[in-house]
Amino acid sequence: MIGLSHYLTVAAILFTLGVLGIFINRKNVIVILMSVELILLAVNINFVAFSTHLNDITGQVFALFVLTVAAAEAAIGLAILVVFFRNRGSIAVEDVSVMKG
Amino acid sequence: MTAAAAFFYLFAGITIASGFMVIASRNPIASVLFLILAFVNAAGLFVLMGAEFLAMILIVVYVGAVAVLFLFVVMMLDVDFAELRQGFQQYLPVGALIGAIFLVEILLVVGSWTLDPGLVQAPLGNVAAGENLTNTVVLGRVLYTEYVYFFQLAGLILLVAMIGAIVLTLRDRPGVKRQNINVQNARTQGAAVENRKVPSRQGVEV
Repeated sequence: MIGLSHYLTVAAILFTLGVLGIFINRKNVIVILMSVELILLAVNINFVAFSTHLNDITGQVFALFVLTVAAAEAAIGLAILVVFFRNRGSIAVEDVSVMKG
Repeated sequence: MTAAAAFFYLFAGITIASGFMVIASRNPIASVLFLILAFVNAAGLFVLMGAEFLAMILIVVYVGAVAVLFLFVVMMLDVDFAELRQGFQQYLPVGALIGAIFLVEILLVVGSWTLDPGLVQAPLGNVAAGENLTNTVVLGRVLYTEYVYFFQLAGLILLVAMIGAIVLTLRDRPGVKRQNINVQNARTQGAAVENRKVPSRQGVEV
């Protein structure tokens, strides 16, 4: 029987993959943004798993808001990326700290 | 093994495998496509859990909008992605170590923790017992009543994100000839046409 802990395990593995993706793709900011999406997906799986298991709709409402914020974050992040690429000609995020003032 | 369990393992396996491919793939376009696959299978997991509305929203919003946005940006930017993978081997050990610590810790929490059985029985949503409602109806009942301010706030966040993205990427290019409709409409016949008397065999200076 598939219970709550199965879904929590899937979410935990997905969350870890997202964190790992941020660490090993430190130069490629597009993959970092995708890793953040994976992390938020793991969070949403947790919310929905608890929501359906406890028979309480609030978790799904919150998952909906997480989805909204994730969409806004992706749009803004990609817009910043496009502007950065236009100015610098590359998307290497290591030398972003040079961008002062 | 029941069909539900089989589908759970199918969806969960593909979600995790494609999540791994998102971070490990050489080609970012393949990464985006694997992200789409992960989202579709996570939507399958949501359906298995009983959250149909969120599953459909996940497909519409993520697969339809966010992933396509990623795909556009990856294809639009002319980046040498091989160069961006230089530090991959270097960061792999420390990343794997931290990831392993994370995973073990979270799994320890998940494994050693039990839910209060009284909590599961109590119906916490505002659904009366015996009422047979779909997931979407239940969500709509609380979203537009109890959480209406949060709902409006979510809309405001999306508006701010939209305006921010437009302001960031809009650029005013100098030297581009554009149509100015106000000027065109303001022209009258008197300003545009000039009547002159043309003397014979002399013409007029323009």
